Amino acid sequence: MSRTFRQYSVIPGFGLTLGYTITYLSLIVLIPLSMLFFRTAGMGWERFWSTISDPRVVASYKLTFGASLIATLINVVFGGIVAWTLVRYKFPGKTLIDAMVDLPFAIPTAVSGIALTAVYSKNGWIGQYLEPMGFKIAFAYPGVVVAMTFIGLPFVVRTLQPAIEDLHKENEEASASLGATRLQTFRYVILPAILPSLLTGFAMAFARALGEYGSIVFISGNLPMKTEITTWIITQKLDQYDTEGATAIALVMLLSSFAVLFTINAIQWWISQRHRGVS
Amino acid sequence: MSGDAKVARNDSQLPGSQQPASDLQADVKIRQPATRFRGATEEPVWIRYSLIFLTVSFLVFFLFLPLLSVFAEAFRKGVNAYLAAFNDRAALAAIKLTLITAAIAVPLNIVFGLAASWSIAKFEFWGKSFLLTLIDLPFAVSPVISGLIFVLLFGAQGLLGPWLTSQGIQIIFAVPGIVIATIFVTFPFVAREIIPLMHEQGTEEEQAAITLGANGWQTFWYVTLPNVRWALLYGVILCNARAMGEFGAVSVVSGHLRGKTNTLPLHVEILHNEFNFVAAFAVASLLALLGVVTLAAKIYVESRVRSTSTSEDLSSLDH
Amino acid sequence: MSIEVKHLSKTFGSFKALEDVSLRVNDGELVALLGPSGSGKTTLLRIIAGLETPDPNPESEILFHEAHVTASPVGKRGVGFVFQHYALFRHMSVYDNIAFGLRVRPRANRPSRESIRDRVNHLLKLIQLEGFGNRYPSQLSGGQRQRVALARAIAVEPQVLLLDEPFGALDAKVRKGLRDWLRRLHDEIHLTSVLVTHDQEEALEVADRVVVMNKAKIEQVGTPEEVFHQPASQFVMEFLGQVNIFRCRVKAGTASLGTLTFEYPNYQESSEKDAIVYMRPHDLEIKRRQRNEPGLMAKVSRLNPAGAFARVFLHADGVDEIQVELPQDQYRELALSPGDVVYVYPKNARVFVPDFVI
Repeated sequence: MSRTFRQYSVIPGFGLTLGYTITYLSLIVLIPLSMLFFRTAGMGWERFWSTISDPRVVASYKLTFGASLIATLINVVFGGIVAWTLVRYKFPGKTLIDAMVDLPFAIPTAVSGIALTAVYSKNGWIGQYLEPMGFKIAFAYPGVVVAMTFIGLPFVVRTLQPAIEDLHKENEEASASLGATRLQTFRYVILPAILPSLLTGFAMAFARALGEYGSIVFISGNLPMKTEITTWIITQKLDQYDTEGATAIALVMLLSSFAVLFTINAIQWWISQRHRGVS
Repeated sequence: MSGDAKVARNDSQLPGSQQPASDLQADVKIRQPATRFRGATEEPVWIRYSLIFLTVSFLVFFLFLPLLSVFAEAFRKGVNAYLAAFNDRAALAAIKLTLITAAIAVPLNIVFGLAASWSIAKFEFWGKSFLLTLIDLPFAVSPVISGLIFVLLFGAQGLLGPWLTSQGIQIIFAVPGIVIATIFVTFPFVAREIIPLMHEQGTEEEQAAITLGANGWQTFWYVTLPNVRWALLYGVILCNARAMGEFGAVSVVSGHLRGKTNTLPLHVEILHNEFNFVAAFAVASLLALLGVVTLAAKIYVESRVRSTSTSEDLSSLDH
Repeated sequence: MSIEVKHLSKTFGSFKALEDVSLRVNDGELVALLGPSGSGKTTLLRIIAGLETPDPNPESEILFHEAHVTASPVGKRGVGFVFQHYALFRHMSVYDNIAFGLRVRPRANRPSRESIRDRVNHLLKLIQLEGFGNRYPSQLSGGQRQRVALARAIAVEPQVLLLDEPFGALDAKVRKGLRDWLRRLHDEIHLTSVLVTHDQEEALEVADRVVVMNKAKIEQVGTPEEVFHQPASQFVMEFLGQVNIFRCRVKAGTASLGTLTFEYPNYQESSEKDAIVYMRPHDLEIKRRQRNEPGLMAKVSRLNPAGAFARVFLHADGVDEIQVELPQDQYRELALSPGDVVYVYPKNARVFVPDFVI
């Protein structure tokens, strides 16, 4: 059988638009991104390894991955509650509250960064109450977590909302009619149904937190070995004209976020396969 | 069971009597006060109210308060201090550069978005889902890395750097670099909004237009484009917000030359690092305002999309 | 305007949608392409329209009025195409939908604003939707939408009208009304038309000729009467209307099913062969007593008197369930009840010897 590249269609313009799409994509995205690999390849393994395993860099990985994980877990819990409340309940001002979820998307990261710093620093609206109690947020580890949570929240909420909307109420009714409590229904009926979306939201929020820069660098304070995130290290290397060092670390970060997205895709594929096997 | 009971009752009634119906109503009336128990798919009231309280307070304190603080800090020393922040050559240059950047990046990504969605949504071809993944790629790349890759390509030590220098062209630490990095980070926005919608709408309307003698351009202009206009507008709004607000990528390629290669977000950073907080927040308030306008536009567009789709749903009930 | 296609084949991947199909539709005729889904009928229609291309083959030809159109694109063929799901432009009013084909013409032969208006208003009257010009498709019922789609297709004065399952998405009652209306419309404007349908009743009622398709091939072409009463193949027999199917044996010009015998002159050999006999439920008679000739003895198993005809389900030794349709007066006269023994007499039957004995 001859396998044709595309099916016949009377609609014109395929060659033109696809050609344009691929050319533009190559020029803007693919060729520039591939530079990361070429440049690292020319570096030699030893230099690459010593760059990416430098103690200061390793400290930044620990901070970035640890804080991203904490922030994303916070988002899964709170984002889950927010999504559930916005879909299932009616209350005054809901449209406005719903719109607020997108604030971290809509506001430039530099603005979020200085605003979070202002709110959580010693004299800030929230910081002035927390710091006397011993919770130092700005210019410390928690500040990084706060910024990452802020930036990741919409990813979790916006992927969960449609999934909760699509839940079949009949399933919950069936569960209740069989004598399950509301908590059991949630655990055994609702949670499995929204799990794939929860994972997607988790992956997107986590990947975003790993790569985030603007909203973190103001609140973190960038103290070496303590509150330096990896993207900050990359910019520092660039400021010192150490392009190679920056490229090596950037490659580590890029592959990490790809790995996160890939792992989650694989888990989702595994879940869907399991379900297909049952039915 | 209930069927049997009904038949039995009907037999005992005179034919044509309305008795069974009023029986039922009486039942309902009697039961109603007692049946105020919770529905099977509802949580207890106290949980419901706690969740609503949690959601509202979390969003207000965590998301809204920082936004409010931008304006509070900006006006901390009064309106005059606020306005003074804009009465500055560097600030005005930053506004101008930001507008120029968006004015180049957004139209380019609109053209790309329309071309990509036409080829992807209206045709079936091999490797389509892979292409879709590639289009989403910039979303998965850290802003800092997005800037870095252009340094690697166009920078002094970059692949094309020596050649560009010999030609007297500077891209990195200059306006072209800022524009290109912005195009990269805003690349998927328009395409992503239109592709799913165009795909869902199928190709029948286009086929109809072509059987009626329309050419490709007429089909696109009169049939396809109007059908996706709200999604396009939404994509453009998001693309524009990101183009004007991008920080990380632009920061890497800009070189921070005050009054020359500073966009608004970079200007905010400089002012903040100089402890000139009022000015920093004043400029930031402009960007925050852009974010609020973006959100408002989003709500409006979504309500438009929803209203057109519900009218469609209603009519499908009658046949 | 006549339509003729010769030696058309079409494959999608490994699926054969059409296999060497040839067909002629005469000027002014309304022809129905009838078949189950996947039989290739829609593919044939779309190839005639130019929405699909046939597999490359030098013998393939598509002729409109004896002129080749094989290479001309859909917009140049002068066809009006009506889509199953209407394909109305959702953001345009009814008026703009109908006017579209006229407005997109090159400036040189585009009608004036006034003549477009006159034509659209005339068509609105024709489809009985006067005063609906400002409505949007979403504000119309399914039947109204399909009429708009039809008006839009004929607004450009096509030389042929092609309809792809035009009433498929509508409910039974609306479908019946629109079908009658379409037939009347065709009698008025005499546009050469091809209609695709999987509904045999629709095809038999509306069309001048019916093309029965199955598995990428044409099984039979004929008037509704011909295809119904003289089916050319087992498939046509089974596809059109209800039918009782029995396995039987054929030998020396005669097929036998239990005590019943049927003439089958096509097979004169003396060795016995498997065959199949088809009998329509309304072609069977039921008698309480055996007549002179032998009938098939059967036992009544189920009765369903609701409907224009009463249906009787019988069971006989060696055959599956037999379904008989009786006029209501005959049914009352017989006064059957389950368990009764009766005799079945076929008024009409068709025997086919399968090409392949399974």
